[in-house]
Amino acid sequence: MIEFRDVTKRFPDGTVAVDEFSLIMPSRKTTVLVGSSGSGKTTLLRMINRMVELSSGSIEIDGEDTATLKPVALRRRIGYVMQNSGLLPHFTVLDNVATVPVLNGVARREARAHALELLDTVGLDRSLAERYPSQLSGGQQQRVGVARGLAADPNILLMDEPFGAVDPIVRAELQTELIRLQRELDKTVVFVTHDIDEAFLLGDQVVILEVGGKIAQVGSPTEIISAPANDFVANFIGAEKGKRALSIRKTDRGDIVIDGQGRAAGVLVDKITESGVGDRANQYGASE
Amino acid sequence: MTWILNNLELIGQLTLTHLATALPAIVLSFVLSVPIGWFANRFHVSHGLVLTVCALLYAIPSLPLFLVLPLFIGTSTRDSVNVTISLTIYGVALMARSTADGLASVDADINQSATSMGFSAWSRFWRVELPLAGPVLLAGVRVVSVSTISLTTVGAVLGIGSLGSLFTDGFQRNIPEEILTGIVLTIALALIIDLLLVGLGRVLMPWTRAKTSGTGGALNPTAREAVTV
Repeated sequence: MIEFRDVTKRFPDGTVAVDEFSLIMPSRKTTVLVGSSGSGKTTLLRMINRMVELSSGSIEIDGEDTATLKPVALRRRIGYVMQNSGLLPHFTVLDNVATVPVLNGVARREARAHALELLDTVGLDRSLAERYPSQLSGGQQQRVGVARGLAADPNILLMDEPFGAVDPIVRAELQTELIRLQRELDKTVVFVTHDIDEAFLLGDQVVILEVGGKIAQVGSPTEIISAPANDFVANFIGAEKGKRALSIRKTDRGDIVIDGQGRAAGVLVDKITESGVGDRANQYGASE
Repeated sequence: MTWILNNLELIGQLTLTHLATALPAIVLSFVLSVPIGWFANRFHVSHGLVLTVCALLYAIPSLPLFLVLPLFIGTSTRDSVNVTISLTIYGVALMARSTADGLASVDADINQSATSMGFSAWSRFWRVELPLAGPVLLAGVRVVSVSTISLTTVGAVLGIGSLGSLFTDGFQRNIPEEILTGIVLTIALALIIDLLLVGLGRVLMPWTRAKTSGTGGALNPTAREAVTV
């Protein structure tokens, strides 16, 4: 569990990025921080592993105040995945994945053997192991980034718009993979994005942020969609424009769901049984 | 040719002396420029000042420096150490800027990423920043190496042995073949060391060549084919 208590971040130039922010991010769940630029979402994420230091307040991980821990040691037990993968260009794929265990003192041979297994975990072919990051596609690089984040088997995985720079098809693939991974690995994931659809897809808990790290609404996707707390949230999730309003049209062959623009969005069924995407879809698609 | 054949031993010995004088200066200027470049790059205030002072070192005329140096370090005027130290000073003058530029060329995102993974500042410098500055450092070292090998000959004017002694001796005794041998060997030595440095760079920085192979490279022939067909 990660607990923010009255956290404030004031940058040297006087900008207040985050003001008196308090939130509990439950263990083994995915919390998504979503907001436009300037909402302080990345600042919040980076305060967890002390890439950004707090001006006041505290952050506790399982009851332990992070201010009492050495930043370097703290970072080695928290996985971090960033946009544009942040892979070290002079390390091979395998060495990139093995980096944190090696920093932690694991023997190189052992760390590399484990890294090979992690390539399987994130769905990368082992033949890519000896390549350099520049020889991979954007989607492959992000997968390596995820493998690297998982390498030290951290309880917490921080993800800073990890799929922001890949094309929509690859992004959808990576999102599905992340849902699968999360089901297998059960990490506490904190995910930052500006894409509300991504937030609803991945989040168990979604935090909608206004400028200055002010929480507009916290809740499950179902709660937020069914009852937006205010106009800001309604506007942000697109409810106002009718984007979230689905209607049913009865046809001879079954009930069709129509979206806000009058296009067919899907078929209405009693229960979605297939795979984890369906489970998530249940939360806000078929919760009534 | 007769002069060369009759003096092979002398030529060989002067070549070795030349290398023994120049190589330590090249290595030392690289090593010394690392902390200077780091310092210049780390603190913005120091950047301009440090690099300007270093560059000014290059303006010191070499002959007076060779002569004055023994007064400070207590060597004899004909000691090759004077030349090595002077050339190290010139090397640092060139190399400090390359090191600072090289370190500045490392992508800020990569540094952030390394920090977020748990590299300490120290290990990040040695394992991430310095290696990634490699291509710029190599370019700098190549200039320093060529310049040092050429400047080493100046010591000959004061009787400090090097391939330059072949020019001074050749002039005094009017042996064009000897003068030519000195010039050609100096250039050849500079070229050989340069080639070795390039080879060393390829071995130490395999990732810099990776971009041409792999996915990107494999796609290129296809693209070319599509145009020609």
